[in-house]
Amino acid sequence: MLTFRLPVGDTVELAVDWTEANFGPLLDIISKQLDFLISSLKNALLFLPPELFIAGIFLLAYFVGKRNIKLAAGTAIGFFLIENMGLWTLSMETLALVLSSTLLALIIGIPLGILSAKNTTLSRILKPALDFMQTMPSFVYLIPALIFFGLGNVPSMIATVVFAMPPAIRLTNLGIRQVPKELIEVADAFGSTSWQKLSKVELPVALPTIMAGVNQCIMLSLSMVVIAAMIGARGLGYQVLLGIQRVDIGMGFEAGLSIVIIAVFLDRITQNLSPR
Amino acid sequence: MDKNVKIEIRNITKIFGKNPQKVLSFLKEGLSKKEIFEKTKQTVGLNNVSFEVYEGEIFVIMGLSGSGKSTLLRCINRLIKPTGGQILIDGQDIVTMNPEELRRVRRVKLGMVFQNFALLSHRNVLDNVAYGLEIQGISKDERHNKAIKAIENVGLKGHEESKITQLSGGMKQRVGIARALANDPDILLMDEAFSALDPLIRNEMQEELLALENRMQKTIIFVSHDLDEALKLGDRIALMKDGEVVQIGTPEEILTEPANSYVSRFVAGVDRSKILTAESVMKRPEPLVSINSGPRVAIQLMKDYGISSIYVVEGKNRHLKGILMISGALEALRSGKNLEAAMFLEAPRVAPDRSLNEVIPLIAESQYPLAVVNDSGKLLGIIVRGTVLGALAIAGENGQNEASKERNPEKKTSEEKTLEERNVSGKTFEGKPAEKTVLIGKNEGEAGPPSKSSGVPNAQNTIINNGIDSESVPINNRTDIESVPINNRTNIEPVPAELTAKESLGSDSGQEPEVKTC
Ligand SMILES: Nc1ncnc2c1ncn2[C@@H]1O[C@H](COP(=O)(O)OP(=O)(O)OP(=O)(O)O)[C@@H](O)[C@H]1O
Ligand SMILES: [Mg+2]
Repeated sequence: MLTFRLPVGDTVELAVDWTEANFGPLLDIISKQLDFLISSLKNALLFLPPELFIAGIFLLAYFVGKRNIKLAAGTAIGFFLIENMGLWTLSMETLALVLSSTLLALIIGIPLGILSAKNTTLSRILKPALDFMQTMPSFVYLIPALIFFGLGNVPSMIATVVFAMPPAIRLTNLGIRQVPKELIEVADAFGSTSWQKLSKVELPVALPTIMAGVNQCIMLSLSMVVIAAMIGARGLGYQVLLGIQRVDIGMGFEAGLSIVIIAVFLDRITQNLSPR
Repeated sequence: MDKNVKIEIRNITKIFGKNPQKVLSFLKEGLSKKEIFEKTKQTVGLNNVSFEVYEGEIFVIMGLSGSGKSTLLRCINRLIKPTGGQILIDGQDIVTMNPEELRRVRRVKLGMVFQNFALLSHRNVLDNVAYGLEIQGISKDERHNKAIKAIENVGLKGHEESKITQLSGGMKQRVGIARALANDPDILLMDEAFSALDPLIRNEMQEELLALENRMQKTIIFVSHDLDEALKLGDRIALMKDGEVVQIGTPEEILTEPANSYVSRFVAGVDRSKILTAESVMKRPEPLVSINSGPRVAIQLMKDYGISSIYVVEGKNRHLKGILMISGALEALRSGKNLEAAMFLEAPRVAPDRSLNEVIPLIAESQYPLAVVNDSGKLLGIIVRGTVLGALAIAGENGQNEASKERNPEKKTSEEKTLEERNVSGKTFEGKPAEKTVLIGKNEGEAGPPSKSSGVPNAQNTIINNGIDSESVPINNRTDIESVPINNRTNIEPVPAELTAKESLGSDSGQEPEVKTC
């Protein structure tokens, strides 16, 4: 064995310090933008009184769920329960964080997926990076996020995006690569431009696979809620954390149940949005 | 008829692999596709292919799996870029075109139909058909109007709003064809367009494609691995093997004059009676007698040729008037009647483009030879039973032997090879023991290279030896000429060549020189 210790940890620390020192102002700008995104979304969600919101969500579930009254009713009851347990504001905060993280993950992930489907070199580079991102314990992302962005919603969101993005990239890439060769030939044979080929053939055909990626992305974001609370994310995750700290089973359970309700709701909606 | 060249393919080569230059030099040295693959792991898709496609024809590319048909078709709209050569569409080389021009040509001139339909299942029928127009930026109303017309054209009216998943295979391919037609391209490229359909639907689609072609006069390049389909659809057929074109010709040429043993093996299984036409099997109408001649002339002619009936024609155009029997002629001579009164008016006749399938029952019923007569009533030729059998048999057996002997002299020495070829060719006659074929093959081989004229009796021997017990002659189970007994070929033997020289005999009256010139 080597007699000296390889400075892996030290090197990473140095790199993080260096980034912090050189890109500080840029990071501040990013931080402000993201914070604005999250709080606007939160305010929008909280703008409606809970009763109206529940009515709206009932209709949404009803129509998106192809007129499935059970799904709609279940959703309404779930959100009613959240309101009843007094967790409405916290839930909306969590929902805002999850949705904006997912949005960011998709905005980065889907184009990256498309590019890597078109460019084999890129996909070869991305593959180990994605493996790394997915297998690294999610807690580890908290540290650089904390250093770059301090405590609060923004570092939580960054950590969540990093953790939740890989399936969006992977499944977009896969979906586009799986478009049957004959359909690509159709696009070419009729004289499509690359953009027409992508928008009229590849993306629509790959849509079910891409939507599966979106679904997974949302679920992974939700799974980060409690972990992200450790670096200052507010909302239900923080409530669970408090429950653990205070050994308050009731408090932890209620918050946990609310997360489950939101998760099931988002899962069903995205599944129903995907064609076929 | 003048034919305009629509597509000209010049020396197209396609190598699949990383180092095509190396393969090209191997090809120059004459290595085979297989040897090259073993040496370089690269595939020769196409090797120096050249031909022309005329405006308005259906050109079929045929060959076994892996022979390069799809590759060739895809080179024409450059879905595959050739390694070398030129493809001129209306004189413009598509191989060297820049992407912009290429897109324009694909949009305006080239439509394509795919084997597995390749429809966009997220769009309904109408929007699938309108796809090609949509990407040209044509307004919604206009493209929908055009698409609706195309949908009507393929017989799918009323299905505009249907989902693709709701359609049967046949309907899907109609959508595929409508999509290709909606742009109104000059050229349709069809890659095994009907191969995924079941036989009945397939037949129906073939008929409709022919009807469509009649209406619209597109230039169609149709890839098929099915010989029957190729023969049915093709104005001309290119037969491919290992990336090379082995033969190009009309269906009849492919059948009757196979360029080499590969082609003849390929065509061995086909039902010739469907493909050969009356015109292709008829013989010169000799002798004939003019309607103005006396009975004596007619009797003399029949005597000289050893026949019992003769066709009566009028004028330079050999306008068919009727048929005269020897008995009628003798009767006329005795009673002093003229030919017109003595002949039968309703001589059995058939149009030149009838298929042999239709001719066979006619000739089986008739006592007389069949007259092949064109629209204006001109007698083009006659068909006797012997000619029909001969044509069927020549195309099946001897044409093949001939070809393998003529074009592949080096192979002739190999007894094994010959036997094998015979065996393969034996497939024409279904369900007979291979052993016998081999025997026959040997006999023939000993008798020396058969010529076409000796082909008739040879072929008949073959048929009889093939284990068929009665006099009936099933050439092949699918035809219906069982009713033609060999021994009963009556008195209308094919006329030996030497005898036809005896034309100047019109001794009695000498008034019919116009009749003899064919
Ligand atoms: N993209 C490719 N890469 C490498 N080799 C290829 C490629 N496409 C075709 N080939 C090879 O080129 C040859 C011709 O293929 P092609 O698809 O043109 O045959 P085909 O006559 O259409 O056969 P089929 O009837 O099976 O469709 C085959 O040997 C095939 O393996
Ligand atoms: Mg093919």
